[in-house]
Amino acid sequence: MKYYDRLIFELSKKGRTAYTLPESGCPAESIPAGLQRAQAPGLPEVSEVDVARHYTNLSQMNFGVDTGFYPLGSCTMKYNPKINEEIAAMPAFQGLHPLQDESTVQGALEVYYEMDKALASITGMKHFTLNPCAGAHGELTGLMIMRSYHMHRGDLARTKVIVPDSAHGTNPASAAVCGLEIVEVKSGANGLVDVESLKPLLGPDIAGIMMTNPNTLGLFEKDIKEIAALVHECGGLLYYDGANMNPLLGMVRPGDMGFDIMHLNLHKTFSTPHGGGGPGSGPVGVAERLVEFLPVPRVEKLEDGSFHVVRNCETSAGQVSAFMGNFGVILRAYAYILMLGKQHIKMAGKLATLSANYIKECLKDAYKLPIESVCKHEFVFDGLIDDGSSTGKPGATTLDVAKRLLDYGFHAPTIYFPLLFHQALMIEPTETESKETLDLFIEVMHEIAREAAEDPDILHGAPHLTPISRPDETTAARNPILKFE
Amino acid sequence: MSKIEKGLLYSESHEWVKVEGNVAVIGVSDFAQAEMGDITYVDMPDEGDEVTKGEDFGALESVKASSELYSPVSGKVVEVNSELEDAPELINEDAYAAWIIKVEMSDTAELDELLDAAAYEAIAK
Amino acid sequence: MSTFPYFPHTEEDIRQMLDRIGVKSLDDLYADVPADFLYKGEYDLPDAKSEHEVRALFEALAAKNTKQTVFAGAGSYDHYTPAIVPYLLSRSEFLTAYTPYQCEISQGTLRYIFEYQSMICTLTGLDVSNASMYDGPTAAAEAMRMMVACAKKKNTVLVSASLLPQVKDVVRTYAKYYGTTLKEIPVVDGQTSFLSMKELLEQGDVAGAIIPSVNRFGIVENLSGFAAELHLSGALLALYCDPSALGVLKTPAELDADIAVGDGQSLGIPMSFGGPSVGFMACRKEHMRKLPGRIVGQTVDADGKRAFVLTLQAREQHIRREKATSNICSNESLMALFVTIYLSVMGPQGLREVNEKCYSGSHYLYNELLKTGKFEAVFPDKPFLKEFVLKPLVDLDALRRRLQEAGFFAALPTEEGYASFCVTEKRSKEEIDALVAIVKEG
Repeated sequence: MKYYDRLIFELSKKGRTAYTLPESGCPAESIPAGLQRAQAPGLPEVSEVDVARHYTNLSQMNFGVDTGFYPLGSCTMKYNPKINEEIAAMPAFQGLHPLQDESTVQGALEVYYEMDKALASITGMKHFTLNPCAGAHGELTGLMIMRSYHMHRGDLARTKVIVPDSAHGTNPASAAVCGLEIVEVKSGANGLVDVESLKPLLGPDIAGIMMTNPNTLGLFEKDIKEIAALVHECGGLLYYDGANMNPLLGMVRPGDMGFDIMHLNLHKTFSTPHGGGGPGSGPVGVAERLVEFLPVPRVEKLEDGSFHVVRNCETSAGQVSAFMGNFGVILRAYAYILMLGKQHIKMAGKLATLSANYIKECLKDAYKLPIESVCKHEFVFDGLIDDGSSTGKPGATTLDVAKRLLDYGFHAPTIYFPLLFHQALMIEPTETESKETLDLFIEVMHEIAREAAEDPDILHGAPHLTPISRPDETTAARNPILKFE
Repeated sequence: MSKIEKGLLYSESHEWVKVEGNVAVIGVSDFAQAEMGDITYVDMPDEGDEVTKGEDFGALESVKASSELYSPVSGKVVEVNSELEDAPELINEDAYAAWIIKVEMSDTAELDELLDAAAYEAIAK
Repeated sequence: MSTFPYFPHTEEDIRQMLDRIGVKSLDDLYADVPADFLYKGEYDLPDAKSEHEVRALFEALAAKNTKQTVFAGAGSYDHYTPAIVPYLLSRSEFLTAYTPYQCEISQGTLRYIFEYQSMICTLTGLDVSNASMYDGPTAAAEAMRMMVACAKKKNTVLVSASLLPQVKDVVRTYAKYYGTTLKEIPVVDGQTSFLSMKELLEQGDVAGAIIPSVNRFGIVENLSGFAAELHLSGALLALYCDPSALGVLKTPAELDADIAVGDGQSLGIPMSFGGPSVGFMACRKEHMRKLPGRIVGQTVDADGKRAFVLTLQAREQHIRREKATSNICSNESLMALFVTIYLSVMGPQGLREVNEKCYSGSHYLYNELLKTGKFEAVFPDKPFLKEFVLKPLVDLDALRRRLQEAGFFAALPTEEGYASFCVTEKRSKEEIDALVAIVKEG
C-alpha cells in the first residue's frame, strides 16, 4: 500500500466541473434571493478524472476482506459474495420509492416476507422485523419490544436489565438509550455467566437479561437452560445478542435455547459487506407472544397471496427507522441465504468453529490462553507468553502484536476487548478462509512471537510497511481538527 | 511508584481533597493520572451544580479510556478549573497542582470518612 | 452438494484440522452445547441454488415490481446519480473493509470520512459533523437525546407538526422509552407556529426544539427569530434539513441553529425502497462532546506525515458503555462515501443547478395542475423548492390510481388529505405534461 496525501478539496480549481444535468424544457424560474444562503458551500470543483483518481488512490490505502485475511474478533469478517452486489444494484429494486403503492412493489415485499420466514426458521423465532439499520439499532429495538411487553401488562416496575461484564459495549449503551438501568453480572473463572451471582439480581424490577451466546470469549454459555428458567421465573425476558450467531448457524437456534428476543447482524452472519462501518442491517426476531410488539411498518401475506404493508398496530413498540430499514442490505443477505439453501447452511457454523479451534490450538504455545476450553467462532488470548521484557527492554504488548501483523499483510485481531483480560487479543477466522490462509497466519503469529522474545523493539515501532506509521492520537483528541479549512 | 501528597484527604476512587475552610478543593491523585495515561479531556460540571458524595461529577478521558470522577463530598460547585478545558495535560504534569473543582461543603462531617495519606498509600498500587 | 464456493475446506483439510485440535468430528466441537439444543430438524429454507438460479429468481421477483415515474418525495427523492459514484463505491477496498479502527491500513476510509465531515460542515455552516447516522429520522431522535443531555436538567423537547411523519414517529418512539416529554408545535398556514412555540417555552422545562427547514408540505419555513426565542429560554434549535437544498438555502448556521440533522438520500442516493440511506448530524463546537457517533480527526504519524484517526472516542459505547452519548456503532459509512463523491462531482455549481431545475420544474407542474381546475392552492404565498401540496377538488384516491396505471407515482396523500407532488431535475417537461394530461382526463 502506498501513501497518498491529498484531500479532494486540495484538487479544486475554480470553474472545473464533473457533472452534466438534463435540460428540462420547463420555463426557468429563479429561487427567491431572500431564501438563499449568503455564500455558496465550499465544495470542491474538480473534473471526473480527478474524482476517479482521487478515490481510487484513497481506496488503495485501505484493507478489505478482498485484500486479505481479516481475523477481527466479534466482527465476523467473512467473504462478501459478488452475486449479492449484482442483485442489490438491480434497477427494478434501486428505483423503487418506499411509499409506492403496494401493488407496484410486490417483488420487494415478497423479499421482506421470505426473509422474515427464512430468518425465523434459522433462529427458531416466530417473526422478524427487518427495519433496524445495524446491530446496535437492533438491540435498541429489541429492548423497546421488551419494555412494550412489560408496559402492556401494566408491569411498570421492570426498569432494569442485566448485562454480563463480558458483553459488547453496545449492550449497556442500548439499554441506557432505551431508558433502562443496567445491572452487571460477573463472569466466573470459567468465563461464563455465573448462575449463583445471577440469582440475587433477579426480582420484580428486572425487565430481562441480555446475553451473547457464545459469549465474547467465544465460549458457549452452557448454563443457558438454567439461566432461561430463572429469568423467566422472575418474570423477565431473555435477549440474544446475535453478533456471535455465526458458529451456531446451522447448528443451534436461539429460540430453542429459550430466548424471547434477538437481533442478527446481516453484515456479519449473512455475508453482506461492512462498507467501512456500514450500512449494516439488524433484524430483530421475537417469540410468538411478542409478535404484536414488533415495530411498524411490517409486511404480511394476504389470503390471495399478495403482500401487504401493516403501517398501524396499537401494541407495536413504534417506528424505528425512516421506512423499512436497509432494503439494499436485506437483498444481499437474502441472496446469500438462497445460495446456502437448507443444505450448505449446516456447514457454515461448523467450519467457522473448526477454523477458530485450529488457530487456538496451533498458537497456544506462544500466546497465553487464559481459559482452556473448546471455543466456538472466536477465542481470546491474553497477550504473549514471552513478551521480551527479559531482554531489559519494555515488553511487547497486544497493541504491538496487532500493529506488527499489519506489516505481514494481515488485518489485526480485535484488541483490548473483552475487558476481562488486560492484553486481550480476540481472533475470529470465519468459515470462508482456507487452511493455507490459516497456516500462513499461524506461521506469522509465531514469527511475531519470536521477534518479541528476541527484540521487542521491532514490535514497538510497527507497523513499518503501511501507508502511515502509528499516529499521534493524543494530540488528535486534545486539539481536534475535524474538518478541512 | 506514584506520589502521594501528605496533608490531603483521599477517596478510595482516587480523588484528593484539600480543605480550605468550608470549601473542598478536589483533584485526582498521581496514581489515578498515571493509570489513565495521557489525559485528553476533563469533563467538568458547571459552577452552581450540586454534587453528592459518592456520585460522579465528571470524567477523565484518554484516547482509549474514560474514567468517572466521584465526588468525595456533597455540596455546591463554586469554581471549576477552566485551565483544564484547553490543557488537560496539566493533570498529567502535576496531579496535585491541577485541581478540578472547588465545592462548598454541605456536610463537613463527610470528610471524616476519607482516608489520610498513609491509609491511601495502602490502596494506591 | 458437497462443495460450496464460499467454503474452501476440502475433506482432507477438515481431517487434518480436526487431528490437530484432537477431536474426531466436527460435531465434537459442539460437545459443550447441551444435546437438546443441537438442531436436528430440517430448516424451512429452499434448496441450495447455483448463482444462475439465484439471479433468475431475483429477476422474477424484480418483474413483480412496476416501474413508476416518481413525482413524489416525502423523505425519499428521485435525484440523478452520477455514474462514477456507484462505480467507485464498488471498489472492494472500500466495500469490504471494516470500521477503520486499525488506522494504519484504513487511511482511505478515514480520509473520505474527514472529507464527508468537511462537506457536511460547509453545507450546514456548523463546526463539527459526525461520521454519519443511520438515516434522517434516527438522526433527529439522536438530536432529541443530545439536546436533553446538553440541557442537563430539562426533559422536554418541542417537535414541529410540520416535520415528515416518519421523523415524528421515530422521534416519538425514542422519546417514549428514553423518557423524554415531547410537545408538538402546531402548524399554522403551512408553517411551524412561532406563537405556539413561544407559549410552549413559557411552560418551561424545554431542552430544545426540532423544526424542519423545508417541511412536509415542501414549504421553506420562515424561521427568523425562532433560534433567538429558544435561546432566550436556554433551549437549543435542531433543524431538520434536506442537504441537497442546503446547496442554495439559508444554512442552519445562518438561522442560528445549534444542531443540524437530516437524510443524505437526496444527494443522489438511489431510493432503493427506503434504504440504505445516510443520516447526517452536525453541531456547534461547544456541543461537540455531546455529539453521538464516530468522528474522524486529523493528526500526524510518528514520522510527521498527515494522518487521520477516529477521535474523541471516549464518548462512544465501546469505551463509555452505558454512559456513552449513544449506542450507535455501525453507521452508514459507505453511504457517507456516496455523498462525498456525489458532492465532489456536483460541486457548488452543480448542486445549485440541481436546485434551480427542481425549482423551475416544480413550479411549472404546480401552475399546470392549478390550470386543470382539479386542484386549488393551499398555501399560495409560501415558497417551495421541489415539493408542494395542493387541495384536490376530485377524488384523490381515484386520481392517484389513474396516475399509477399510467406509470406515475404522484399525488401522495398527506394526513390532511392534500395531494403531495415533487419534481426533481430528472423530470422532463414531457413527463410533466404527460402527467398533467392524465389529471385533465379525469
